[in-house]
Amino acid sequence: MSDAAAAHDHGHDDHHGAPAGWRRWVYSTNHKDIGTLYLVAAMVSVLIGGVFSFMIRLELQSPGLQYIEDLQFYNVLVTAHGFVMVFFFVMPALIGGFGNWFIPLMIGAPDMAFPRMNNISFWLLVVGLLLLMTSALVAGGAGTGWTVYPPLSNATFHSGAAVDFAILSLHVAGASSILGAINFITTIMNMRAPGMTYHRMPLFIWAMLVTALLLLLALPVLAGALTMLLTDRNFGTTFFEASGGGDPIFWQHLFWFFGHPEVYIMIVPAFGVISHVVSTFSRKPVFGYLGMAYAMAAIGFIGFIVWAHHMFTVGFNVETRAYFVLATMVIAVPTGVKIFSWLATMWGGSIEFRTPMLYAMGFIFLFVVGGVTGITLANAGVDIAFHDTYFVIAHFHYVLSIAAAFGILSGFFYWFPKMCGKMYNEGLGKIQFWLMFIGVNILFFPQHFSGMAGMPRRIPDYPEAYAGWNFVSSIGAYISFAASLLFFYIVIQTLRSGEKAPANPWGEGATTLEWQVPSPAPFHTHDQTPDMRPQPAE
Amino acid sequence: MKMSRWISMAAVFAVGLFTSAGAMAQQPHPWQMNFQKAATPVMEEIIWFHNWLLVIEVAIVILVLALMLYIVIKFNAKANPVPSKTTHNAPLEVIWTVVPIIILVVIAVPSMKLLFTMDKAQNPEMTLKIIGNQWFWSYEYPDHGNFTFDANLTQKEDLPDDKKSLYLLEVDNHVVLPADTSIRLLFTANDVLHNWAIPSFGVKMDTVPGRINEAWIEVPSEHMGTYYGQCSELCGVNHGYMPIAVDIVSKADFAAWVEKAKEEFARVDEPAVDVARVGARPATAGR
Repeated sequence: MSDAAAAHDHGHDDHHGAPAGWRRWVYSTNHKDIGTLYLVAAMVSVLIGGVFSFMIRLELQSPGLQYIEDLQFYNVLVTAHGFVMVFFFVMPALIGGFGNWFIPLMIGAPDMAFPRMNNISFWLLVVGLLLLMTSALVAGGAGTGWTVYPPLSNATFHSGAAVDFAILSLHVAGASSILGAINFITTIMNMRAPGMTYHRMPLFIWAMLVTALLLLLALPVLAGALTMLLTDRNFGTTFFEASGGGDPIFWQHLFWFFGHPEVYIMIVPAFGVISHVVSTFSRKPVFGYLGMAYAMAAIGFIGFIVWAHHMFTVGFNVETRAYFVLATMVIAVPTGVKIFSWLATMWGGSIEFRTPMLYAMGFIFLFVVGGVTGITLANAGVDIAFHDTYFVIAHFHYVLSIAAAFGILSGFFYWFPKMCGKMYNEGLGKIQFWLMFIGVNILFFPQHFSGMAGMPRRIPDYPEAYAGWNFVSSIGAYISFAASLLFFYIVIQTLRSGEKAPANPWGEGATTLEWQVPSPAPFHTHDQTPDMRPQPAE
Repeated sequence: MKMSRWISMAAVFAVGLFTSAGAMAQQPHPWQMNFQKAATPVMEEIIWFHNWLLVIEVAIVILVLALMLYIVIKFNAKANPVPSKTTHNAPLEVIWTVVPIIILVVIAVPSMKLLFTMDKAQNPEMTLKIIGNQWFWSYEYPDHGNFTFDANLTQKEDLPDDKKSLYLLEVDNHVVLPADTSIRLLFTANDVLHNWAIPSFGVKMDTVPGRINEAWIEVPSEHMGTYYGQCSELCGVNHGYMPIAVDIVSKADFAAWVEKAKEEFARVDEPAVDVARVGARPATAGR
């Protein structure tokens, strides 16, 4: 992929005196180059994580152990798939990639507030990914699931260095994200063009601000928990050890206090992307702008007070569960506001169904499907039947593997002409969308059935009765995998032989500032701060 | 109205799909799309409430899908070349905030009722203690002479030919429990987290080292039979290989089984290790 990256931004900025060769990338303090690096890292990661999931589906295609003899290896695959996709694909693509590229462009700033910190944010991410790969390769790997629940993750049951490497990986990736979040918040709060008040910021900027605040508040909690686990493992503390007066459930509280905001960290940026795409291709301004902005803020806030709905089977008293049921269901209200506002934005529009718009509409519909199963799971009573089954897998892949990934793909096709200066092949893009849409639905919808029938998650082999839907699921996985390969083909083909993109390929609907600079966006943009004061409210 | 007819049709379809469960689903069956048969009043309540949720959720999905199809047909660039400029409609925004709140209240009331029904047993007549181990279950019957036994996976080659489909569900020693009896279940674990789950009972509870969790079941005598479940919390390498099998039998059969079991299985005695002499340290093996 580094070839693609080099080709990607090569040539158009020589006359700006940008550093050349490897120095340009390794030492980069340019928000566009760092954004590109993040996107390349995300693409490498999605290939790694995708191969892991491919192997999982290959093994689960039929009952019995087909390919994987070493069951620890299966657990390592499951764990690494989760880590890679969450921390090294979705987050770098949406936050590091699109955030770095488009926050300065959209708010009229010349660059991020802390360009050098931006550089270290990215390279810490790479270190994190390397540590994670090391973790999978030493001492049998970390077979703990991405939730790393002790006692399974403590020194008794994972005695090698694998879990320590995984912990260090998350620490470093977390530090990377915290630095990035500080950078984003500072940039958005201080470097907006004159006249761009908070209530006039593009919704993607709102989304990134909410996301950065979530990162800033949630990741230190994870860091604290990881540190405690590290000292439990290596220095004889017993934070999570019942035998020493600690409590394994304490870990789960800390983990999910981070983990639930984390799911919004992955989806809120996609909300921002979808708002822009829907508005652009409907040739209408976003409907209910303020409601959209504050819905994201509300989702972010409520995200911090619902964590224990991941823990309905740990043995809480009934009142605690009742609280978390009710708090969780409240999230449906701002989410509903967003869904209906997107539909209202399209309503009365003059819609062009280009690839980004197809992905945006796919996002909206499938996010609703994943959202309603979330309502089911929020109810602790019914969750007893679903907890830790494939129903949960189906639910969170509908909102992550489908919705968040569709958000990434929508944003990628939308902004790719701006980033590389070339147009992708629209026909291929649409084929890629339909292949992906069909693939992921065949992959994940049957998992609702397996889950209802009782199939537990994270098992390498299953009773014969579950064979049918698992086979269908695996077929869907192969289709999705083919769709992913087609995506990479489109990227390479566009970089090599795409037609030159105009500054604004999308027409009058694309109103935000990034469409006013040339395509590809020059190395330095907004040398003159744009004056947003006479503009009417968005 | 056209829309409401669609919704009611969908609801009928959904309810039909998810209540026509076969009568023999004590174990999962091929191409199953719904819950296993309920054996306890709690699971019946869960299924009822789930179907209620499903009606609402299918209606929401169909509403969104219908709106999107309408948008695709009416507001594509060909059909509608000039876009409208509407960006606000306060009454509409209030409606799509308030209506979901009302729907949530409609969901929350039965949800709370179910949750509080499922809580602790009232006057349980007996207790079963369930202990998770890597990778088998131990059971204790404190009210029936305090005997204990382990339940290990039955290997595929040890299953009779007509029972191969029970592989990964069948164990060597079934838990035997009486019908028409309110039974308290106590859960703990010796090593890592496990989770004891029987879909038909509506029971799924983590077994946590250092903690004792509680649940209850009461299976009516018309549901006597064998029920299967699997460990439902990642517990290491053989997580997929520690299933659960429970026989629900008549009270008389249970009494007869207890007599036999007392002979066959070891008694749980007072601490096997003299803690005062050896010094307190974490339990490692055995029970």
